[in-house]
Amino acid sequence: MTITRRQLLILLPAAAIAWDSILAGTPEESPNYKMTDHWWGMLIDVTKCIGCGTCVQACKAENLVPDGYYRTWVERYRIAEWDTEMPQVDSPDGALHGFPATTQEGGKNFFVPKLCNHCADSPCTQVCPVGATFVSPDGVVLVDQKYCLGCRYCIQACPYGCRFLNPETDTASKCTLCYHRITKGLTTACCETCPTGARQLVDFKNPNDPIHKFLETHSVQVLKPYMATKAKVYYFGLDGSVR
Amino acid sequence: MANLKDAGHLFRMAAVFAVGIVLFLVLRGIFVPKTFGQYGHYRAAAIADVAAKPVVFAGHQACEACHTDVHEMKSKGVHARVACESCHGPLAKHADDPTALQPPHIDVAVLCVRCHEANIAKPKTFPQVVSADHSGGVVCDTCHKPHSPKIDTGVGQ
Repeated sequence: MTITRRQLLILLPAAAIAWDSILAGTPEESPNYKMTDHWWGMLIDVTKCIGCGTCVQACKAENLVPDGYYRTWVERYRIAEWDTEMPQVDSPDGALHGFPATTQEGGKNFFVPKLCNHCADSPCTQVCPVGATFVSPDGVVLVDQKYCLGCRYCIQACPYGCRFLNPETDTASKCTLCYHRITKGLTTACCETCPTGARQLVDFKNPNDPIHKFLETHSVQVLKPYMATKAKVYYFGLDGSVR
Repeated sequence: MANLKDAGHLFRMAAVFAVGIVLFLVLRGIFVPKTFGQYGHYRAAAIADVAAKPVVFAGHQACEACHTDVHEMKSKGVHARVACESCHGPLAKHADDPTALQPPHIDVAVLCVRCHEANIAKPKTFPQVVSADHSGGVVCDTCHKPHSPKIDTGVGQ
């Protein structure tokens, strides 16, 4: 059989496509954890937070977060009676060592823990020019440390200020919702150590998760709902002044 | 075929294009990671990279497997829902091999007040004291057992 030039020209690209798919191979799969069975989020009960900062310390220890940077932090709000639109907010060292005493009398005072909201429509993943950050099939926003260029687009895109450039790696860094823990059946470091249960890991796809009963009888809110990010960190008892 | 006699330049151009396309596909096959695009516009293997990190906090279930006596005492007290590592710190290494790492000594004077020092911003129902007035410098565990802190001897709380 002889192959004409015309046939060769048709065959070559076809062969190249076939080779391409052979090179792609089959990706390895985790044996005990099925991503499609989970949809992760968190429930934060603001009325239980005591501002001790144990979650911040735990996050630092679990994820080796560099000094001066925080994947989770706690803010103290103080709202004087006369100005609900202009709350005074402080968070000394991200509440790593808790808070000093509140000196001013009166007004409304409370703590708000913050972390990545693991948005289903996350602005940060949409701006990445190289596909280094993404929402995983189980709903966790992650960063590919090998692919990240450190261009900082995602850091300025996050409406919640949850990302930072890790000075040790020069790549974007953020809360992974302790992905290395939740895929092993553990809860996150912050949820594990929270002494009052103000933080609870939530799996929306698990029908036995207490979140479903909780949502039937409680009103919850997400941060900046007008950004339409489909944030999955739900706050109970959140004051309207919180940004 | 006779009318293609003068169309040689078209075939040469097609050949150049074909070589270009083949080259592109081959280079793409070499340089694009194998798992890129499996779930979306990212490297699917990055998920496994993140999941492969070591665990630092063992989780209270691991502690309770051995320290059943403490667990039993704690589960009856007001600290029942405070996880072990909230106070004792990250101890996954100790849980993996109890001889490898001993839990560090806890400075009660620092630890207790982190939660229980009075602050107007804390929930009103949370037990709080002004430590200086409350004990006058006597360390907390002189009176309170941290695993079951409520004092029921009638002396006070």
